[in-house]
Amino acid sequence: MVDVPFDTVAGVPPAEVGEVELYHPRSWWTRYVFSQDAKVIAIQYSITAMSIGMVALVLSWLMRLQLGFPGTFSFIDPNQYLQFITMHGMIMVIYLLTALFLGGFGNYLIPLMVGARDMVFPYVNMLSYWVYLLAVVVLASTFFVPGGPTGAGWTLYPPQAILSGTPGQDWGIVLMLVSLILFIIGFTMGGLNYVVTVLQARTRGMTLMRLPLTVWGIFTATVMALLAFPALLVASVMLLLDRLLGTSFFMPTLVEMGTLTKYGGGSPILFQHLFWFFGHPEVYIVALPAFGIISDLISVHARKNIFGYRMMVWAIVAIGALSFVVWAHHMYVSGMHPYFGFFFATTTLIIAVPTAIKVYNWVLTLWRGDIHLTIPMLFALAFIITFVNGGLTGLFLGNVVVDVPLSDTMFVVAHFHMVMGIAPIMAVFGGLYHWYPKVTGRMLNEALGRFHFWVSFLGAYAIFFPMHYLGLLGMPRRYHDIGETAFVPASAHDLNAFMSVAALIVGFAQLVFLFNLIWSLFKGREAGGNPWGAASLEWQTPETPPGHGNWGKDLPIVYRWAYDYSVPGTAMDFVPQNEPPAGLSAQGAHP
Amino acid sequence: MSAIILFMAGIAAIAGWWLSQQRLTAKPWLEEGLIVDLREQSTSSLPPAKIGLGVFLAVVGSLFALFISAYSMRMNLVDWRTLPVPALLWFNTGVLVLSSVALQWAYMAARRDDIDGLSVGLCAGGASAIIFLVGQLLAWRQLSGAGYFLASNPANSFFYLITAVHGLHLMGGLVALGRTTAKVLRGAEASQIRLSVELCTIYWHFLLLVWLVLLGLLTGWTDNFVDICRQLLS
Repeated sequence: MVDVPFDTVAGVPPAEVGEVELYHPRSWWTRYVFSQDAKVIAIQYSITAMSIGMVALVLSWLMRLQLGFPGTFSFIDPNQYLQFITMHGMIMVIYLLTALFLGGFGNYLIPLMVGARDMVFPYVNMLSYWVYLLAVVVLASTFFVPGGPTGAGWTLYPPQAILSGTPGQDWGIVLMLVSLILFIIGFTMGGLNYVVTVLQARTRGMTLMRLPLTVWGIFTATVMALLAFPALLVASVMLLLDRLLGTSFFMPTLVEMGTLTKYGGGSPILFQHLFWFFGHPEVYIVALPAFGIISDLISVHARKNIFGYRMMVWAIVAIGALSFVVWAHHMYVSGMHPYFGFFFATTTLIIAVPTAIKVYNWVLTLWRGDIHLTIPMLFALAFIITFVNGGLTGLFLGNVVVDVPLSDTMFVVAHFHMVMGIAPIMAVFGGLYHWYPKVTGRMLNEALGRFHFWVSFLGAYAIFFPMHYLGLLGMPRRYHDIGETAFVPASAHDLNAFMSVAALIVGFAQLVFLFNLIWSLFKGREAGGNPWGAASLEWQTPETPPGHGNWGKDLPIVYRWAYDYSVPGTAMDFVPQNEPPAGLSAQGAHP
Repeated sequence: MSAIILFMAGIAAIAGWWLSQQRLTAKPWLEEGLIVDLREQSTSSLPPAKIGLGVFLAVVGSLFALFISAYSMRMNLVDWRTLPVPALLWFNTGVLVLSSVALQWAYMAARRDDIDGLSVGLCAGGASAIIFLVGQLLAWRQLSGAGYFLASNPANSFFYLITAVHGLHLMGGLVALGRTTAKVLRGAEASQIRLSVELCTIYWHFLLLVWLVLLGLLTGWTDNFVDICRQLLS
């Protein structure tokens, strides 16, 4: 245990909260593999998430090849196409974005940003990663089992998800559900850590209203995920029982291949309710950490305090609460009562209010700021544009009368890729470019980074902007081959081919990014402790990368919020959070 | 989905109450210097493990609320045939109450530094929890013996599923309780394991509460209650 005495010094009363006992690794294995250090776990989470994300990226290439050049690639049959879309969606939403934001960014940044030495339950935290890894392995194994992965679509709607017409009916769907159950168990372990660390392990002076918005975003998203993932767990367990033991929770009476099945009386709508009770909060589970990260990036790289900090915090909390009462807007075409549709359309539109407040505050932070177009800033700007874009089409789809004709068209695909695909990924990249120097001590290569940004940003628009138009034409989603259809003109096929080429190029740019991550680890420019001149606590560690226990001998003491940039009358254009005000002697760790 | 919405409203109320204590109207850009926040003064009695358990119980509560939601939606469909609840369940409920009482007793003994009372309480609590689990298994056997199989009706499916999930949670608790008891038997001081005993006790009370709600649901008592509420509202 690192002994940190808190003495009474002028103006600083003695601490009443003792330090937690810090775990110390004893061998190479417990230091780098079965590590209980949140920083190592964060890197493990990130590498695993990005690895399985690469699989999903390749799947998207295959889908785009089929859509752009139907009939050219004989190795993509309709069943495989369905398997590709299912696995692409599931991996990207859950195993990549959720795991990367909460397991990756959360594990690395929470202890550093709140001034803790580690998570409060390090052993459970380690377990969380290994259960997550097991979930990923089970998921990946479905590519190699007889029948392949499930092709039920990422929503896994019964009855088709477990009937014989759907690919992967034997093994794929079962392993998918098992993998989801494992993921939820693993996530719950990690999530408990993130929440309790933010609640209980903040260093002295770090009040809730002095937390960087990144921590607020991750914290609120974790609380939401802890409460929402049980819905997916319940749905998965019940669907698994329907599939394996012949219960009829969700399965109605139906005829399969000419014979009456053993099922009867179940309600597929029940599954949809459970799934979307998880599924809609999930959108904000990946959006809120992105909101937080973007707020910090914009403030640091525009050298200006965040505009409306209080309003930003309230908006995050309001979005978190509201996101639990909008789920049925995914089910307008399920035959629900029109009054329900009206209710959920109203709540959906209300949620646009706090979201719009956040966008205004970002823009007002940029207004007359000293904008440095660094790579993290470029990604942050791209996030704002993309999120506004996806949010506006969300208003279209939130209205029942507009949603009904657009349901299950490419418009929906374009909308959710903009709002919860491209936008959060922009935040992920911005965050990676921003914090990579803290994690490794080296900067990512600038030229490769700019190449990566411009190709990804423009390329993403080349893919998904025209997709809105295809959706308005009425082109359905999830179709292997649209064929000759009267309402789809020949030009739409050309557009599809164009989008596919763009997708290949964007995918290639991600390989460049991966190369940059590895190359810069060895050859990148030395970063120093605080290359961006940032005020928040994680940049004030005595060592870079932060050592075991993060803070050396003394925990830092926080005297101000995280956004003191360009304060008039100060020597530098930022004031670190642990810089004591004039007249109070310095204590705690220093950069 | 009314059960889970009610549950979420409860969570939101707790979260709102907690947030209202956190000076969310502070203007951090104006406040420089060390702020001694409320946490340092008030929560020295709340160790992280206790908060962690509280959050975990909220997750478990959400899980059961969702099962109850699914149950109440599914039971309104035409093929639902309520199954007779075995009388054994009442015996099991009594045993679970005893288990909770024993752990409460153990907790009070731990506060008095009474190590003998503590070990008796822990062992009695653990033993009665195991008897409860065995009783649940016997109830399953009685039901399947009488022809109420898992897949023959959704009411049966829910009965087996919900009791199984509750039993699994109890088994998880037994692991923690077993570790605590082992520490006591190996001669740990009462003051060292007071916290573990307290956490086990809270968990047991919570699972008892969940069981009572589930029992009300499975025996159909809550139906009458919900009907009365509905009539009051309309």
